[in-house]
This record gives sequence, C-alpha cells and structure tokens, in this order.
Amino acid sequence: MLRLEPRVEASRAMSVASPLIALLLTLVIAVLLFVALGKDPLQGLSMFFVEPLKSTRGLSELSIKTAPLLLIALGLCVCFRSNLWNIGAEGQFILGAIGASGVAIRATESSSGALLIVASLCGTLCGMAWAAVVAYLRSRYNANEILVSLMLVYVAEQLLSYVVSGPWKDPQGYNFPQTVTFLDAVRVPQLIEGTRANVGILLALGLVVVVWVFLFRTHAGYRLEVGGLSPLAARYAGFSQKSALWTALLLSGALAGLAGALEATGPVGQLTTHLPLGYGFGAIIVAFVGRLNPFGATLAAVLMSLLYIGGEMSQSRLGLPKSLTYVFQGLLLFLLLACDTFTTHRLRFGKPRVALRSPPGQAAPPPGSEEGVP
Amino acid sequence: MNLNELALLFAASINSGTPIALAALGLLINERSGVLNLGAEGLMLVAAVTGFATAVHTHSDFLALLAGVAAGAVLALFFALLVIYLNTNQYATGLALSLFGAGFSAFVGVPYASESLGERTQFTLPGLSKLPVLGPALFSFHPLVYLTVLLSLAFSWFLFRARSGLVLRAIGESPESAHALGYPVRRIRVSAVMAGGALCGLAGAYVSVVYTPLWIEGMIAGKGWIALALTAFATWRPARVLLGAYLFGGVTMLQLHLQGQGVNLPIQLLTALPYLATILVLVLISRNSAWIRSNMPAALGKPFHPGA
Amino acid sequence: MASRLELIDISKQYPGVRANDRVCLRVEPGEIHAVLGENGAGKSTLMKIVYGVTRPDAGELRWNGEPVQIRSPEHARSLGIAMVFQHFSLFESLSVAQNVWLGLERTSSLASVTARIDEVAQQYGLSIDASLPVHALSVGERQRVEILRALLTNPRLLILDEPTSVLTPQAVEKLFQTLRALSNAGCSILYISHKLDEIRALCQRCTVLRDGRVVGEVDVGSATTNAELSRLMIGREPPQLMHAERTAGKVALELCELNLPKLDAFGTSLADVSLRVREGEIVGVAGISGNGQKELFALLSGEANVPATGRVELFGTSMTETFPQQRRLLGLRCVPEERLGRATVPSLSLTYNALLTRSEAVHPSGFVDSNAVRRLARHLISAFSVKARSENSAKSLSGGNLQKFIMGREIDAAPKVLVIEQPTWGVDVGASAQIRGELLRLRDAGCALLVISEELSELFEIADYLVVMAGGRVSPRIARKDATALQIGEWMSGLWPGRQPSSEAHGVQHAPA
Repeated sequence: MLRLEPRVEASRAMSVASPLIALLLTLVIAVLLFVALGKDPLQGLSMFFVEPLKSTRGLSELSIKTAPLLLIALGLCVCFRSNLWNIGAEGQFILGAIGASGVAIRATESSSGALLIVASLCGTLCGMAWAAVVAYLRSRYNANEILVSLMLVYVAEQLLSYVVSGPWKDPQGYNFPQTVTFLDAVRVPQLIEGTRANVGILLALGLVVVVWVFLFRTHAGYRLEVGGLSPLAARYAGFSQKSALWTALLLSGALAGLAGALEATGPVGQLTTHLPLGYGFGAIIVAFVGRLNPFGATLAAVLMSLLYIGGEMSQSRLGLPKSLTYVFQGLLLFLLLACDTFTTHRLRFGKPRVALRSPPGQAAPPPGSEEGVP
Repeated sequence: MNLNELALLFAASINSGTPIALAALGLLINERSGVLNLGAEGLMLVAAVTGFATAVHTHSDFLALLAGVAAGAVLALFFALLVIYLNTNQYATGLALSLFGAGFSAFVGVPYASESLGERTQFTLPGLSKLPVLGPALFSFHPLVYLTVLLSLAFSWFLFRARSGLVLRAIGESPESAHALGYPVRRIRVSAVMAGGALCGLAGAYVSVVYTPLWIEGMIAGKGWIALALTAFATWRPARVLLGAYLFGGVTMLQLHLQGQGVNLPIQLLTALPYLATILVLVLISRNSAWIRSNMPAALGKPFHPGA
Repeated sequence: MASRLELIDISKQYPGVRANDRVCLRVEPGEIHAVLGENGAGKSTLMKIVYGVTRPDAGELRWNGEPVQIRSPEHARSLGIAMVFQHFSLFESLSVAQNVWLGLERTSSLASVTARIDEVAQQYGLSIDASLPVHALSVGERQRVEILRALLTNPRLLILDEPTSVLTPQAVEKLFQTLRALSNAGCSILYISHKLDEIRALCQRCTVLRDGRVVGEVDVGSATTNAELSRLMIGREPPQLMHAERTAGKVALELCELNLPKLDAFGTSLADVSLRVREGEIVGVAGISGNGQKELFALLSGEANVPATGRVELFGTSMTETFPQQRRLLGLRCVPEERLGRATVPSLSLTYNALLTRSEAVHPSGFVDSNAVRRLARHLISAFSVKARSENSAKSLSGGNLQKFIMGREIDAAPKVLVIEQPTWGVDVGASAQIRGELLRLRDAGCALLVISEELSELFEIADYLVVMAGGRVSPRIARKDATALQIGEWMSGLWPGRQPSSEAHGVQHAPA
C-alpha cells in the first residue's frame, strides 16, 4: 500500500524538478486534449512552444508579455514568501494603467520624454495606493487580504470602465470606451526596430536582480521570510508584522502598477476596457512555478508568455478558442502543487504506521522534544 | 415605491441571494470540517457552463441542475484528494482551482455563448401566489429557493444536534484529537468537501440555467468569493448565512433599481456596490480578532498529518 | 487466576532504533502497576502496542490468559482497555458531555451518556458539570473529563500516560484516591511515569525500562528507595551538579506591581506582580502552567502586545516600552518554551536561525553578511556540543540538541539577564545535565537568571531562590534551602503568607481533599 511519509529535510532536487515534471505532465495532457479536439497534437504543441521562438517578431511578442508577468510576479514572490496572499494584483495592474494614462493623455506635441517617466511613476504610485488599501484594512481591521484584494479587482474594473466611458473618452473615438492613442513622446521606447518589443523587458530583468538581492541578502528580506514562515518566531525576534505587511504589499502594488503603466504606454498605446488580460492572475502561477524565486520567476514568466501567445496562435491558425491558454495555466499550477508534495514527502510502500497523534494540545511538550520514539 | 413594488424587490433580492446562499452553505460544511476551499468561484463557473450545456442539449432544467451538482462534486473531489491526501497548501490549491475553473469554463463555453434556453417556467405555489403583496413576495419562487431555506434549517439541526454533525465540528476543531479517538478524519473531510462542492455546483448551475438563462464567460462575477466572505461573516452558522445572502441580494437589486431610476451616479459605481459591500462586511467582522477566533473552526486551513 | 494482561517478549523495531527489546510485563487484576523509564526508554511504544495503535514485530500478548492480537484502539476498547493520553483529545468548543459522547461507540444517546457521566463521577469523586464547554475548564478538570471518558467504557485495564504533569500536589492526591478506588473495584491500572515519589506512593509493582529493555521489576511497597529506582532507570548515578555558594550582586531585573490584562481569550491576567533578580543568582518560578507564566515571559521578552501598568526595570532603566531587539542590546535575553516555531524557524537552517536574535552580522546598511552568520552558527555548534551541522534545518534536530543550540545562541551573547522557560522539557538526561550546568555556569559568571519551570525537582536543583506563580500572582521569594516541596505545593494554590486563597489558580481542588 502506498504511503506518504514526511521528509526530515525538504528535498532540493525535487524542489527544482517539480516544476519540470509538472510541465511535462501538462504537455502530456495537452497532447491528449489536442487529439480529443481533433487537431494534430504536434502542430498544437508547436503553436505553443516552437512558433513564438522562431522569429524576431515572435521573440518580441514574447518579451512584451514576459515583462508585465515578470514584474507582477516579482512582487508576488515577495508577498507569498511573507505569507501575504495578494491575489488582487490584477486590480493594482489596472490602477497602474489608469494612473499612467491619466498623465499620458495630457501629452502634447511639445512634451518631452520626461513625461513618460512621470506617467510611469504615477502608475506605480497608483498601484501602490490600491495595494495600500489592502494593507490598511488588514493592518487596522485584520480583514483577510485575499478577499479584499480580490473585491478590489472588480472595483478597479468598474473604475476603468468609468474613466474610459466618461471623463477620458476620446471625443473622436466613435463613442467607443477608450482614450486617445498616446503620442509618441509618452510611449515606451522601442527595443528592436519594426517590432513591438520595448525597454520594459530590460527594466523587468533589472528588477529581478534588485528583488533577489532584497530577498536573499538584506535583513529586511530575512524579516519578511521569517514572518511568513513562523509569525511567532518573528514576534519573538521583534520583527514587526505590520511593517512586513506594508513593505510587501506596497512593493507588490508598485510592481504591478508599473507593469500596468508599461502596458498602457507600451504595446497598447491607449487605455481601453480590453487592457486587462489577466496578467495579475497569470503572475500568481508564474510566482509559484518559479518557486517564489526571482530567477525562477523569470523562466516561468517566459513559459507563461509562451502559453499566452500559443493560445492566440492556435486561435488564429487552428481555430481553437483562446481560453485554451487558461486551461493549460490552471492545469500547470495544479500539477505543480501535486508534484510539490514530493518535495516535502516521500512515497513509501508498506503497511501504514498508525501513530498516536503528537502535540500540541494542553500540556504538550514543546515541539523538538524527544517524547517517545517515532 | 408602493407595496407591490416592494414585494417584487424583496422577491428579487431573495432570488439574487439564493446562489450565494447555496454556495455559502456548501462552503460552510467544507469549512466546518476544517478545509478552506478558495476554488468556489471556479467550481461555480464550471458548474454553470456544464448546467447550461446540459440544458441546451436535454431541454431539462432538472438534468441541468443535476449536471451542475455533479460537476461541482467531481472538481471538489479532485481538490479534496490533493489537499487532504497529498497535503498540498489549501490556499494555493484553491486558487489553482479558481484559475483553472475560470479558464476551463471559458474554453468549454465558447460554442454556447449565443445559445438561449427558451421560455422559462414561472414557478408559483398554487393559490398562495395569488395573494396580494405576499404572493409575489413569498410564494412565487423557483423550488430551489425553498430548497435553500430547507437546507439551511437542515444544516442547523445537523451541526448542532446530530452526532455526525458534532463529529464534523470536532474534526474542524482538532483533527488530531478526532483521529486519536478513531474517527476516519480524512474520509469525512473528503465527504464534506464534496458536499460543499456539490452545493457550489448547484449554485452555479442555478445562475446559468434559472437566474439568467444564458452563458457568458465569467458570469459568476465573484459570487463565489462573496460566498466565502459570507461564511465568515455568518460565523459559520447556517441561519446567518441565509440572512447575509439575502442582504447581499438586496444590495445587488437595490443598485439595479437605482440604475433604473436614473439616479445621478455613474453606473460603474452602482455595479461596484456589492463588491464594496463585501469589503465593508469583511472589515466589520474581522475587527474583533478574538471573536473570530472563538467562532472559527480552529483547524481551518491547516494541513492534517495522521501519521505525524 | 490468570493475569489481566501479560506481555511476553514484545519487540518493536523502528528505523535505526530498537524501541522495545523482548519486554515482559505482567499486570494482575486490581493491581496498580508502574512503568518507569526516561524519555526514549520505550514506554510510549509499549503502550501504543497495548492500546492497539501499533503492532509488535515479535512477542505475544495475553488478555486474561488468552493470547490476543490487538488490532486497533477500537478493538482494545472492546476488550476493556482504556487509555488516558498525556495530550488530551478534547474539543474545546463542545461540552463535556458531547466530548465524552464522541469518545464512546455510537450506541447511546447524549442524554443517557450525560446521566452515566453524573453517575460515574459521583462514584469516583470526580465532580464536573457535564454541560460546560471544555474551553471553560482548567487543565485538571479537563483531565477529569478524559478519565471519565475512559471510565465510561467500563475498563478492566486503565492506562495513564504521565497524568500528573499538569496537576498540583493536592490534585495529584485526589487523582490517586480515584485510582485506588478503581483498583479496589477490580480494574487494573498501568501507570506510566518518570516521577519516583508518585510511583512509590501509588503503585504496588513497577517495571523499569531502559533503552527498550526491562532492567528490573520491583515490588514498590518494600524497601525500595528512590535512589535504587533512579539507578535502575538511568543505569548509573545521577550526575551531580556543582552548586557553589555565591554572593549576589546588584539588582539586575526588577518588576514592580505589574498588571497585565489577558493576552488572549484563554490566558491569565497578571496582577500586582513584583519580582527581583540580582546578578549572580538564579530565581526559580514554580507553578503549574496556566497560571500566568506565559504572560510573564511575554512581558519580559517584549512579545506582549498589550500595555502593562507598573514598572519593569533593567539595572534601574525602565523597559516597559522597548522592543525585543532593544532589550537584547541592553542585555536581557529570553529562551521560550516552544523551540520550533518560536525560538527557531523549523524549516530554516541553524545558520539562519542564529540570525534570528543575533544581529552582529547585519551591516548598518541593512545587508546581511552570510559568511559571518555561518561562522557564528558553527561557533555555537561547537561551543555548546550541538550534534548537528549548520546547514541542518532546525526541525531535523533532536529536542536536546535544539535546546542546546538555542541556549547557546543566547548565552554566547553574554547576557546580563537571562529568562528561560521550561529549560529541559522533553530533553534526555545527558543533555538536561549539560543545560543545567550551563545555567549554573552563567550564574557564576555574574548573570541574573529567571528560570520558569514546572519541574519542581529541577528548580530545587539549580535555583537559589524560589517564587511561586498562582492565578497570575507571584509569591514572595523564599531561599531554596528553606523551602520544601509540600510548602511549595501549598503556595501553588495561592496560599502563601499575606494572600487569601486564590480562586483563580488553575489546576486546583477547591473542596478540601
């Protein structure tokens, strides 16, 4: 009979292998799905994983999807490590786009490039502010951050709809809910001529290093990690829980806001209700698949972008619905979580060893005692 | 607003609150056993599309609702196996379920986006529904609405009077102690999660088959999340869940009514009202953390290791 | 007549350790039989076998003379074996009656169970209000619920696992009365303990286990002394601790008329606490847990998040507002009771656990010098004989090793005041001796120590002065050499000179024994 036995030390090998195994299993299911839908599985897989990498244009599309996913995921790595479940990054992303657009629509022919910086900053601050609401309600009223941040996503969507249908609507836009197209001065500079790739990806990669250093080389990062792993130990050490809460959420909100700002002033070039593409949610998967590690998140963001583009390609070339992407994303996360069990547990054959439950209970010896034999 | 309009508003609130109530009752059973299922939204979406598709193909509302229940139960079983037997993180797994459910329902629902279900039956209680004011207010509901009320009563009795309900509460408080006493904790938890999933499924199918009989991607629009908040708001008591759900229904109906009245507020603000109300509710209930802790199933969200 | 229970050559092997090695045991009907042994001697495994939680690898069990294989706790209960665990299986939000009901087989109704509870409680003098929710009960009362639950199954053999760790001396006596009544009624009792005095007071025969083997079976009633039992249990003379006389220095830590409201719903509030510890002395805080010790510790460590009235002074400087890090800089360090999850982060390595309360390797700019932290951890490991490597996670260490590391981390920082809670709970004899030795060494070096412990014998071993905590209040201090266990036991009920008997003290019998 199969049994799961907890490991004494988490297996580092499995920790790295687990996302790869999950990916492999997802691919297997993908193949089966393609066959079931009557499509050539090899063609389907190549849509997702080969086509986007074959051309410069494909790579540039990859980069403009990777940048926002990675930026948001970096913030989520920090939050999840602190045991703060900022599920509403999508809302902070939207606010970032709104903030940047608010500045961008004021550009005139004579505006300098500095306006872009202002717009990006504004977007970052708006994202931060949206996250600050979550932080405040959690800090002051102990309101669960998952539900609050999620509700704020719906509110953000309504806010977006309001600004593009009302005060910021393009008067020449045939009454569509959208703003004017932004002038070149406030567009993110291009990276490669003739493609949509912009410097956003460079910014994101730079921030990968910054966040890594923060998490693993600073005391502040250490404090966040301890707070996320053992709140009582953090209290004993004197690490402020409130301070950790604000730091993580504001950082996450800022990064998501920045991503939104870059999206609005970058590939999209205007603010519409179609701007939010679910990157805030996709980034959750990126963060997990990347093991909550900035470098892992980079690889995972590329993978996720492949899935997004693949979805678009299979829609145009194979006639499959674009939402196939989300099926694969969800599946990947599920399989990752299942595989992760083997990081902390070992598979064993044999009779189950029923054991007396161990403490805590009243008058229990502290964990780490030698009470009895296993 | 005259009495008749009030009665209709009241009835509409009950109608609107019913799917939230059903989902929240399901989540309540879930959480009483100590398992937190953040995948409620995904479950409801998949059940909604399943129910709708079944209705389109079989023209039977009953089968459609049943299909929704089955879809919810199956997904919940999958979730339960991961979380209870493989001990995966309950938060992450629930989120994965929500994300997957959103994507999967969107994918499967594409061919049904423009379908309609034809004339919907108007359910009325014979005789009683003809009563002035009270008729439209209380006696013209879909059977599922009455079922929800009955379920709420049944759950109250179950949790506080029946031995098996006591066992469930015990498991939610201290699975280790229940295990030491010889109860099959994991098996009972799986049953509770499946029951919860089945009810979420019923709620989802109700929305797409009865309430607004069509399929739109993402049509659950956060009701699953609101149901999660509601369970906590109601301190895990069935009667309070019902009340809270109807209040939410009321808020939703109120904002639609205000929109209809041409009130000088942006539509988007009114649409955002239920979500803002949820945040308010969360703030109100969470303020006193000691009170929450003394009412919450103590082991909620924590993994259980029988052999540890 | 056949023995009630007979174990013949029971053996049980776990990976790397022989938990039980050809253990033989015999319990007669109506006999109170002790199983004595240190932590890790194999007592728990043996009881798991008897109660059906686990199966032996070899050997035979006989119940009333008949060979039997006990398949599960349900099977054991159906045979007539009941067990009261050291860690209670109670549900706080349910009533006493409901808790007992859940512990029985499905047959009877709640009403009939409630009636039987009252009956049995009367019979054995275990008064309890069956309608009360368990969270409203004291620890001693909760144990009574556990015992009642066991008694309602009409056991022929009752196993008790370390039942007195949560009881005052007076409550222990009450328990013994109940057990004697049971034994007179023909029920056999297996009493697992490491407390020699209790075994000699209560039991008729005693099986001593060491390293999984039976090293002796003695008639306790006869001339067996504690020393003999102790020698059998440990296998050698108990280690002697050097206890030099010292003159204490100036007042290092002073608490003056402190009042602290409850830190959480089930806690105890502190009232009028005054305490003084001088340099070069150890003050022991005795008392059953649940009487304010946790709150006192949290107040001293800086973890209490509620404001207190009164004064806390370190060498005359007020400390009531300071954070844990500041207190450490001022020389006050604390070692809490919970090793994993509070004193250390279980999944982090020892290196990163060293960083938890030591900030020498942290640059003013906020960067962490990871090489310096590793060096610190390695130094702690070697200086305090911790059998582990710096990369090992905290949760992979044994209790004794982990405690040595934690204490080492704090002691190495040369504190002027050290507050420590339950220093040797769940730690084997060797490591316990090392730890107590370290505490004495620290004292001799001029540090002021406050040791909070439930093990009275431990405090008698190392403390210079004793105080007792009861109901959130602290008694006046008494020199160790002037104190007796009986007197301390009385004080645990709040009956120290100058105080009315406290009705807030937990784990106490209110009616005269």
